[in-house]
Amino acid sequence: MKITAYIAKRLFYSIFVLLGLSMFIFTLSRVVPGDPARLALGPLAPQWAVDQLREKLHLNDPLPVQYVIWLMNALRGDLGESIVSKRPVSQDVLTFFPASFELVMFSTIISVPLAILIGALAGRRANSIFDNIVRVFSYVGIAVPTFVWAVLALFLFGYLWKVLPIMGQLSVGIRRPPVRTGMMSIDALLAGRWDAFVDHLKHMILPALCMSVGRIAQEARLLRAGIIENLKKDYIVAAISYGIPERRVMMTYLLKPSLIPMVSIMALDLASSMGGSFIIETIFNWPGFGRYGMWAMLNKDLNAVVASVMIVGIFFALFNILVDVIIAYLDPRIRVMERAS
Amino acid sequence: MKSIGSLLSEDQRESLKRNWHKFSTNPLSIVGLITVLTITFMAIFSPWIAPYPQSWGRWIDFSQASLPPSWKHPCGTDIYGRDILSRIMFGFRYDLLMAVCILAMVVPSGTFLGLVAGYYHGTWIDTVIMRITDIFLAIPSLVLALAICALLEPSLFNSMMAVSLLWWPWYSRLAYSLTSSIRNEYFVQAAELIGANPLYIMFREILPNCLSPIFTKMTLDVGWVILIGSTLSFVGLGAQEPMPALGNMVAVGSKYMPDYWWMTIFPALAIAFTILGFNLLGDGIRDLLAVEEI
Repeated sequence: MKITAYIAKRLFYSIFVLLGLSMFIFTLSRVVPGDPARLALGPLAPQWAVDQLREKLHLNDPLPVQYVIWLMNALRGDLGESIVSKRPVSQDVLTFFPASFELVMFSTIISVPLAILIGALAGRRANSIFDNIVRVFSYVGIAVPTFVWAVLALFLFGYLWKVLPIMGQLSVGIRRPPVRTGMMSIDALLAGRWDAFVDHLKHMILPALCMSVGRIAQEARLLRAGIIENLKKDYIVAAISYGIPERRVMMTYLLKPSLIPMVSIMALDLASSMGGSFIIETIFNWPGFGRYGMWAMLNKDLNAVVASVMIVGIFFALFNILVDVIIAYLDPRIRVMERAS
Repeated sequence: MKSIGSLLSEDQRESLKRNWHKFSTNPLSIVGLITVLTITFMAIFSPWIAPYPQSWGRWIDFSQASLPPSWKHPCGTDIYGRDILSRIMFGFRYDLLMAVCILAMVVPSGTFLGLVAGYYHGTWIDTVIMRITDIFLAIPSLVLALAICALLEPSLFNSMMAVSLLWWPWYSRLAYSLTSSIRNEYFVQAAELIGANPLYIMFREILPNCLSPIFTKMTLDVGWVILIGSTLSFVGLGAQEPMPALGNMVAVGSKYMPDYWWMTIFPALAIAFTILGFNLLGDGIRDLLAVEEI
């Protein structure tokens, strides 16, 4: 099977999974106590207005009919109206998603090289002092929830050692670059606004770090375990005894196979930082999709809740496929098997 | 009086001793065990050992309000004058209770579904169960838990429901993969040839062989369940004030962050230690039972 055919198959399958997810979350959003129309209009609205809105939102139809209507609209890009922002949810998503994407990507850019560096060094020098520090760090990094890191970061950097900004995207007094992509660092570069770019990066560091501590810990730990295991393999022992320079053994023979377990959980990690962004963005007041989703959830904004769940689901599915492709690249055995079949 | 040791046979005592030796060679496992035992002890006996048991609920004593850590209040007091240390002890109670309830719901049901799907491997039963499993694994559990909690009324009970609803698929997937490999072993085929009841085969022949990975996953999961549960209560979708769950203590305390840091830092550390303890213990048990990757 060719890799393209494989991707097509995975995409096709993901569609069914996402349909299932949408059915579940849609049904849940409609069977919960509370009338969506009443929630939208508030407790003071007259009954006739509520009835009218119920009719307009097809709330009097049977649930399967409502779902089909919702799905048809969603496929056309209409996710309904948000109760709180009073705007179409799809428009809200387009406004807020890029900022989150930027944050999640930035945290990935920070965390993956760091994890590789830490994991590889620790694995190469197993049981050294550095390795023990890394092990303790990885236990702590995995165990401490994101929100605890965030609260600690607020305490440390917000009050004790004010070197990094803790709120929002830009400092007061710096003009916002014109919005083009929605990702402010790119917008600032496009507009040639160096000051805004640097200031924005500074604002990203703390939220991105809090988001990635757990990821760095977990990925470094997996890489370390992979390297320790592969170091015992015959081909590595052979390579070392041939006198191939250590750096070359490390980079060419050891790192690539050891990266596989780490890469395979990267999709999961990316997705969980998408989930973590709900918490992080709320705490750091980052105007992104996570804060929007959290806000929708706390306000029982049904359409927006359903939409945020689906967007995260789509994002997750795509990244899972991407990671499978990366693993096929890293592991020639998979490619060979593909050619054979 | 007979000692507990003499109730066991010689062999059992021997294997117990050997296992303990294996377990105790890793100092981290011992640290985990001690942490977990301490936390469990505090959780169970909190009404009796907490220095200020009245701090559990709606208790106001403004003369003691917002005091920094001291000998009298080792972790300080909150804005209502409730002792933070006592509340943390009660908080362990809720967090552990939540983890125990969730796992008690999730492990049997998930295992059962995975067992059935694995036993009827390749039939429509397999397809239906495992595809439903995929749906729940198609999205990070935190987001789905947040969404479900938000749609239901936020409370401790509903947050437990939400987490359970999305946690069982991990167990059914684990039980499924174990069952579908054990299913082809000779002893299962022999039982089928004799004409044994499928339920008998599933529960008496296959299930006992799945128990140690499932048990290991369970111990490793306690930490994760507490993590997600405390996150839910942190954002206000789990246990509600005045119930002293650790997550909402952090949330409430963070409002008074710069000056009254102890209201946040101590509950936050308590969460971290709890999860760390359970993770270390789980890792120790995984090494002990020689269960590979889960």
